[in-house]
Order: sequence, then C-alpha cells, then structure tokens
Amino acid sequence: MIEFRDVSYSVDGIQVLSDLTLRVAHGEILVLLGRSGSGKTTTLKLVNRLVTPTSGQVLVNGKANDQVDVIQLRRGIGYVIQEAGLFPHFTVERNIGLVPKIEGWPEERVRARVQEMLQLVGLTPDLASRYPHQLSGGQRQRVGVARALAADPAILLMDEPFGALDPLTRDELQREFLLLQQRVHKTVVFVTHDLREALRLASRISLMEAGKLVTVLTPQEFLKSSDPWASAYVHAFGDGLESAANRGTS
Amino acid sequence: MNLLRFFVQNHTQVLDLTGEHLRLVGWSTFFAMLIGIPLGILIAHRTQLGRPVLTAANIIQTIPGIALFGFLLPVPWLGESAERLAILALTLYALLPIIRNTYDGIRGVDAAVVEAGRGMGLTESQLLFQVELPLALSVIISGVRIAVVISVGLATIAAFIGAGGLGEFIFRGVAMVDNRVILAGAIPAAILALLADFGIGWIEKQLRPR
Repeated sequence: MIEFRDVSYSVDGIQVLSDLTLRVAHGEILVLLGRSGSGKTTTLKLVNRLVTPTSGQVLVNGKANDQVDVIQLRRGIGYVIQEAGLFPHFTVERNIGLVPKIEGWPEERVRARVQEMLQLVGLTPDLASRYPHQLSGGQRQRVGVARALAADPAILLMDEPFGALDPLTRDELQREFLLLQQRVHKTVVFVTHDLREALRLASRISLMEAGKLVTVLTPQEFLKSSDPWASAYVHAFGDGLESAANRGTS
Repeated sequence: MNLLRFFVQNHTQVLDLTGEHLRLVGWSTFFAMLIGIPLGILIAHRTQLGRPVLTAANIIQTIPGIALFGFLLPVPWLGESAERLAILALTLYALLPIIRNTYDGIRGVDAAVVEAGRGMGLTESQLLFQVELPLALSVIISGVRIAVVISVGLATIAAFIGAGGLGEFIFRGVAMVDNRVILAGAIPAAILALLADFGIGWIEKQLRPR
C-alpha cells in the first residue's frame, strides 16, 4: 500500500531522515512513535509529498508517488493534523465537503456526504452550519477526521490528531477511532509521541529516533522488547501499559 | 459665521472640487490596489523578493510630495495632464501600505491551515483564493484604509500642479491670506478622510475572520 525505499531527507545540510525502509500494509494502523525531531512527521509528509525525499523512493499503491500528479495523489489521501487544521472561515459543512466539491461532485451529493460523515464521526447534523471556533476541541478533531474521510480515500495520514485534547476526550476519540476503522478499513499512518496511544491504536509500531527507524513491532512485542529504545519508552511510561495494548497483531 | 456664509455662497465650487478630489483619490487607490495587492501576494510567497520590494516602496514614501510632483512634471506623456500626473504620484504613495498589509496579511495566515489545505490537495490558486486571501482580507482592507486616508490629505497638494481638488482652496487661501478660503478646502478634506477611515474601517470589521 505504502512503501518507503531507502528514503533519506536532509534540509540545509541537516539529515532529518536516513535510509528509511518501511512497508505499510493495506488496512493496518501503522503508528510512527518517537520524540520531537525524530523524523516521524517528516515520514508522514513524504507520503503525500508535502516533503520530497533527497534520495530514495516512496511508493503509494505500487506507484512511485513522484510519478503521479501531486494534486490527485493528495486528494486520494486523507490528512488530519493536530488542532485539525480546519479552515476558520468555512462552516463545518464546507470544511468537510471541500475535497468532494473541488473534485466536482454535484452539490446534492456533497451535502448528503457531509451528513453521512457527520454521523460517522458521531456529530449531530445541526453542527453543519457552525464555524470551527464555535466547536469544542473534541468536536473540531472529529470534523478533521470527517473532512479527511469525505472523498473516501484509501489512505489516512494522521499527525498527532488527538495530541491537544484533554485526557477524557482523547480516550473517547481513540476508542471511537478504533470502532470507525473497523468499518472503513483505511490504511492509516498515525504519528504520536504517546506510547499509550500507540499501544492502543497500532497494528504495528515503528519506533523512530534521530531520523532513523529503530524497530517495527506489534504492541505486544513492543512491551517485551529488549531493544534499548523500546524499553526506555516502556520505562518512561511506567506501569499499567499491558492493559493499553489491547489489539496485538491484526 | 463668515465661514458658513462662504460655504453657502460657494457651494457649487466646494462640491466640484470635492468631486475632483474624490476622483484623484479613487483612481489612485484603484491603481495602487491593482498593483499593490498582486505584488504583496507575490512577495508573501517568494520572501526573498520581500525586502527589495518593500524597501523600494519605503523609499518612494520618503520623497516629499511636492518634490515628487516636480520630478514627474517634465515626463513627456504624463506632464501633459496635471490630473494624470497627480493620480500617478498618489498611486505611488498608496503602494506601501497596500503592499505591506497584503504581505503581512498573507504571511499571518496560520501555517498549519495552509499546510492542511495543501495536504488535502488544493492547488496553489485554490489555496490562494479560498484560504489565504479570505483570511488575509481584513488586514489587506486595513492597508487600503490607511492608503485612502493618506491620499485624501496628500491630494490637496495636487492643486500645486494644477490638478484641482480641495487643495485649490487651500493654495488660494494661503495666497490671499484668507483663513476662510483655506478652511473651505481643509474642512471638507478632513471630513472626507474621517468618512473614509470610518467607512472602510466598518467594512474591515465585517470581513474580519472569527
């Protein structure tokens, strides 16, 4: 589905990413775990070409992603970022319906799709006419997910989507996201620095450090791993992680 | 009360000159927007051009008004019509606030929002017209407002080269040492500036993103 082949990226002489080789399987949630500056967000942006590799190749659906039209590539990939990145001057309806609309869907179909998406992410239809600043943080993030799914992309990129939420709302959205994924079966690349979140959501966890991929493990394997970086993470997050890893391989 | 009588007696001339004044300000603001807004957008995206363009606009701003009119007077096609010349000079002065505010407005749009749009597959022109410009609009309009208020004041100097406007009264009044005549130009000019400030300020407020 997505494949990184020997990808390196440097900017202004600084090596941000070195020799990344990684495959993301169809329908899995691959979590990129690492601290700030580890290169996880850069890795994510390589997929939709917000970042162009210095060397190496990124394949999306079996094709090198620099061989396809960048606009079409991006419209086929949902993108959710922290604080949702909603357009503040658009209503919820226009935010969610944006990609379908610029893809030329008839107005009626866009409207129906928006309603469908609102329901999918657990929002009531009356929110459609609100502006982002009139929503709670959790609602905004749901709209962000709805917007990313609106044109029914096969791939979903999520960059710390739940990072700015309070713990209770975050927990709720994580749980709902897993349920949602069971229905939509997207191929998801998910960036976080929160191990608990990674264990809970991931099919596999890719641990990154200083621009390098350290290891790729299932949540179960991650907890038992003898890898020094992985165990450092487990130690830093302390007890009670076992219960968080509720999925294992899938 | 003398002043009021002067206004009543000369009301047609006051209205005519106010009209001329508005024409000078209107056309020059129009041209300055036509040039300044695209230029501001350009330098907001190609920031290496930002400094030279803004510096050039700044330098123009430092040329004293009467000197600029004087410089432009011998230019062939321009010098033929005083109004043409006045409009050009006023356009040059109006550029800086418009370029500056367009640049600031676009640069001030939340980078995360722009990147989200780009990541969703908006083309650069869709990003500009649907995201950046709407979000920068109130800042751009505020630049236009500053430009208009400056122009209303500056346009009084246009009378110096015979381009008309309310400056006619002011120059005449100075020559005649008659305060009534000076005020007949200065008061309507001040009112115009205040109205423009207030009116465009109102528009700006309506356009401010929530």
